[in-house]
Amino acid sequence: MSQPTVLPRHGLSRRSFMAGTVSAAAAAPLLASAAQAEAPTASQSKLRQPVVTSLRINKQVYELSLDTRTSLLDALRDHAGLTGTKKGCDHGQCGACTVLVDGKRVLSCLSFAVMNEGKDITTIEGLASSDGKLHPMQQAFIDHDAFQCGYCTPGQILSAIGCVNEGHAGSEYDIREYMSGNICRCAAYPNIVAAVLQARDETKGA
Amino acid sequence: MRPFVYEQPTDISAAVAIASSFTSRDDQPTRANAQFIAGGTNLADYMKLGVAEPARLLDLNRLKDPSLRQIRVTDDGIRFGALVRMGEAADHRDVKQRYPVIADSLRLAASGQIRNMASLAGNVLQRTRCEYFRETSWHCNKRAPGSGCAAMEGFNRQHAVLGTSDACIATYHGDFAQALIALDAVIHAEGSRGTRKIPFAMLHRQPGETPHMETDLAADEIISAIEVPAMPWARRSLYLKIRDRESYAFALASAAVALDLDGETVREARIALGGVATVPWRARAAEQSLQGKRLDDASAGAAADAAFAQAQPRKHNAFKIELGKRTLVRALLETRNMKV
Repeated sequence: MSQPTVLPRHGLSRRSFMAGTVSAAAAAPLLASAAQAEAPTASQSKLRQPVVTSLRINKQVYELSLDTRTSLLDALRDHAGLTGTKKGCDHGQCGACTVLVDGKRVLSCLSFAVMNEGKDITTIEGLASSDGKLHPMQQAFIDHDAFQCGYCTPGQILSAIGCVNEGHAGSEYDIREYMSGNICRCAAYPNIVAAVLQARDETKGA
Repeated sequence: MRPFVYEQPTDISAAVAIASSFTSRDDQPTRANAQFIAGGTNLADYMKLGVAEPARLLDLNRLKDPSLRQIRVTDDGIRFGALVRMGEAADHRDVKQRYPVIADSLRLAASGQIRNMASLAGNVLQRTRCEYFRETSWHCNKRAPGSGCAAMEGFNRQHAVLGTSDACIATYHGDFAQALIALDAVIHAEGSRGTRKIPFAMLHRQPGETPHMETDLAADEIISAIEVPAMPWARRSLYLKIRDRESYAFALASAAVALDLDGETVREARIALGGVATVPWRARAAEQSLQGKRLDDASAGAAADAAFAQAQPRKHNAFKIELGKRTLVRALLETRNMKV
């Protein structure tokens, strides 16, 4: 990969401080008991070793040291500091965690981060252009008031971009059917459909 | 979640060798120390819930063999590489034209995101979503053999009425598998004892006394391809799925139907039922009842009665018998009326 390796820096935010404290406290007993259970098949040292994983997120390379159990969602939020991607159900039922991987919409909660080594990941933070101009899908959601609380919105927008790119936004019916993996408990659905129609006509997606 | 070692083998024989060295001959694939992952939509969920606890995860997405990612249409039929994603197969032009029942079953399954992630082989191997299987504090003979079944006297509205046993009534929720079993698909598998073909109807095991033994696969066997034989009349086929909500839900009842018609007379019928059985369910009695008959409301109704003759309802799922019959009747008549 020709992209330079960039290790984004953050100040010690409350969020990263909390995350660090919690994982340090929890790590020792958890790993010890698991290694015991696995004794015949894998050495304790191997299980304790974090895996250095290179993720290309929004065109920037992040070298993250991760427990293999880390979901892509948790890697984005807790390790890369990109909290725009939301955790709803964490079991693939709500769509709030939708991101694009190599241009396709997927559920980041059901993918282990280590499986995404070397892939191109796009999150809500990567949609606006560098001059701050919003992606047409983002602008369409604003134009049509396609949200109330906003929690599902990053996932809705990434899913909508994927839906348009797949060619599944041909009609209102198709949009409703092919966006059914994104739940909006405020029920902004009619406005979401209108937003997707507008952005579909303005662009072929990300 | 149990910690696991993550590996990325690049060819099937290497993946098989690693799996062999960490599993024993009698291990069930779902309980083995080393397990395979492709899309992860089912396994990652069950690892989070503590239902699946592999200590070693073998990621099949780095396997190099390009045929694993290809859909090939030949005179002999159609061959799906195991790593083809559900969404790709659902949108494939030849699949939609030649085997609408396959394209329908995939399009109506899961969500756009999950169809982009889930592999075809992983999809057919998906495990039940029985609530008592998913939540590890309940007794479940499938998850913890011999512990009992909380679903028998529990909230069993989603559960199966066909292929059940005293040990387990968990539904097989897949859709694609219903199309495959109806069309006599064949599974290609590679393991430490060589390669073999498995008729799709032999892949899944009814629960019987051993509901934890879910498939015929060994713990070190990998599905490499799914083949569907050529069947020109399968252009007249469809998958009808009835759910609590219009989209993104498991079937309460579904029917995969393919018809070879001479006018309105049935030369051959293929029927499979989803949402109502413990395994992918071929309704052979219903098929036979239609053979040589004119397909109308009466013969379709008789076929549906035959399909559910052995059904065994529990307290909350008896509605599935009537719903399943009506689903099949509608699917048969809609398939008859298709313009092909």
